[in-house]
Amino acid sequence: MTAEPIALDEVKLVSMEKQQRRNLIIQYILMVLLAAFFLFPLVFMFIAALKEDSSVLSDSDGIGAFIPTPWVGLDNFTSAADRASLWRVFFNSVIISSFIVGLGLIVNSLFGYALARLRFRGRRFLVAMIVALIIIPFEALAVPLLYITAELGWLDTYHVQILPFVANPLFIYLFYTFFLNVPVSLEEAARVDGAGPVRTFMSVVAPLARPAYATMAILGFLFSWGQFLWPVMVTRGVGVRPLPLGIGVFKTTPPVQWGDIMAYAALMTLPLLIIFLIFQRYFIQGVASSGVKG
Amino acid sequence: MTAVRSTSEPDKRSLKRWRSKEKRSDSKVAWAFSTPALVLLGAFIILPFLLAFYLSFTNQRLISPLPTRFVGLDNYTETLTSGSFWKGFFNNVWFVVIVVPVQTAFALWLAILVNRRIPGRVFFRTVFFMPVVTVMAAAAVIWTLLFNANGLVNAVMETVTFGAFSPDWLNSTTWALPAMMIVGIWQGVGFQMVILLAALQDVPEVLYEAAAIDGASRWDQFVNVTLPGIRNGLIFVITVTTILAFRLFDQVWIMPRVPGGPLDSTRTMMLELVETGFGAQAIGKGAAIAVIFFVIVLALTLIQRRFIREEGEVT
Repeated sequence: MTAEPIALDEVKLVSMEKQQRRNLIIQYILMVLLAAFFLFPLVFMFIAALKEDSSVLSDSDGIGAFIPTPWVGLDNFTSAADRASLWRVFFNSVIISSFIVGLGLIVNSLFGYALARLRFRGRRFLVAMIVALIIIPFEALAVPLLYITAELGWLDTYHVQILPFVANPLFIYLFYTFFLNVPVSLEEAARVDGAGPVRTFMSVVAPLARPAYATMAILGFLFSWGQFLWPVMVTRGVGVRPLPLGIGVFKTTPPVQWGDIMAYAALMTLPLLIIFLIFQRYFIQGVASSGVKG
Repeated sequence: MTAVRSTSEPDKRSLKRWRSKEKRSDSKVAWAFSTPALVLLGAFIILPFLLAFYLSFTNQRLISPLPTRFVGLDNYTETLTSGSFWKGFFNNVWFVVIVVPVQTAFALWLAILVNRRIPGRVFFRTVFFMPVVTVMAAAAVIWTLLFNANGLVNAVMETVTFGAFSPDWLNSTTWALPAMMIVGIWQGVGFQMVILLAALQDVPEVLYEAAAIDGASRWDQFVNVTLPGIRNGLIFVITVTTILAFRLFDQVWIMPRVPGGPLDSTRTMMLELVETGFGAQAIGKGAAIAVIFFVIVLALTLIQRRFIREEGEVT
């Protein structure tokens, strides 16, 4: 008990522990401040969506911005629905995104599988082509595509907003690399049992590839739900317009009712936010895997 | 087929025939699997891509009774001598110069913060990522209100600077673009954070342990272990952020009173593209801008590939 070295060590250990605890506390304070920075605009939006129009602007210079008074319930939502056909454009967005993702899952995974597994002439060339196509940003294609679709008389339709985005080189590549890493033995077993390539794909490969499908579904939904530039070019009325464009209505038709606008923005944000909070781990993994291609 | 195999001895020839039949059916199936994607890629990527080059040499308009004719390099010379194109281009460059370093450093800092094994890190990671799933159009209107002259941003600014700094952000030719940079960083940094986080987790723990034994400080470890370890991730993030900066459109369309305003201070190449190709219906000239834009993206991508390959050769 009287041995001094031990006591010294203990002092050192205690001070190290203290230092560590202090670092940890600093880190938590930093992270809370950062969380506030990322969250406050969203909180502000949801609060503003629930309060009276006139006080949204007048309260926006202080803590009042985060207090939902005077409370008007869902009045702003119904008012936004009247002025900007909120439900109509919401429905349009759901249709467009669902078709892009749904068809995309089938088309891209089939092609990715063929490139990874099936032997056929031109396979190597096609793989190289896909890698090259990933580089081309959609914006570089928008003007000629506008010309083509206008010539075809496709403007102001759903399919002009769906078909260009179904086949996606990035997703094809994701599926291709995923299938390359799946062991062949299972498929061979199915084949030996007499299953053709189609049956093999349906009953063995596709169920195995669930993570790849989840990644594509999430990224596809994330990309398509917020589309802005292309719908600006190819849609005019609210008939087929997606949600993000509807926001323009408020700017062009006075009076500017910020409560309505925030209700509209909230409804645009909510679906993705809810899906994200449920599947957040898959979102993070999906985004991370889109980065490994470099 | 099973009957054949069970009755006759599987001699070389029949096996070969079986194989080639398999191969033929393979290729038939392969084309069946590939055709839907190939048709769509051909119609909506390859065709418009080639058409962009062709149209950029013509005077094509969206709806016009006049016949199309070749105009040589007119669209390019007109674009490259137009003040508003360069205004947009330099705004994009200015955006890159500020946003790319700031956002990359910020993303790396966030990634390091949530990479430590402490309670609640998943919660914070989720919160930092939430703006990424916020639709840009929604983010743009929220921030329009926040950047209002008497808005929340200025309320904070006035408190911090004792009233010395509270510009009318979106109506100022100086501060409108920085306002959009802030929105861009707020919305995009979570995406880069996740990619860098994945890169950080690939750095072998052993390297840090070895460095610690050698007496390297935290900073030394960061410079000599972390940064080289996540090099490819960093290059990817820098390239993607640069390309995204050249695609800047949603904010400049929604946030100012007039798209690209005030006085063209937030004009970008994409706004120029949409106003020319769609607004003025000058397809030929719009296609020329698209080709120029593609060349920029291609150059950036090639630079990225060069850097990444170099690293592969060293190791």
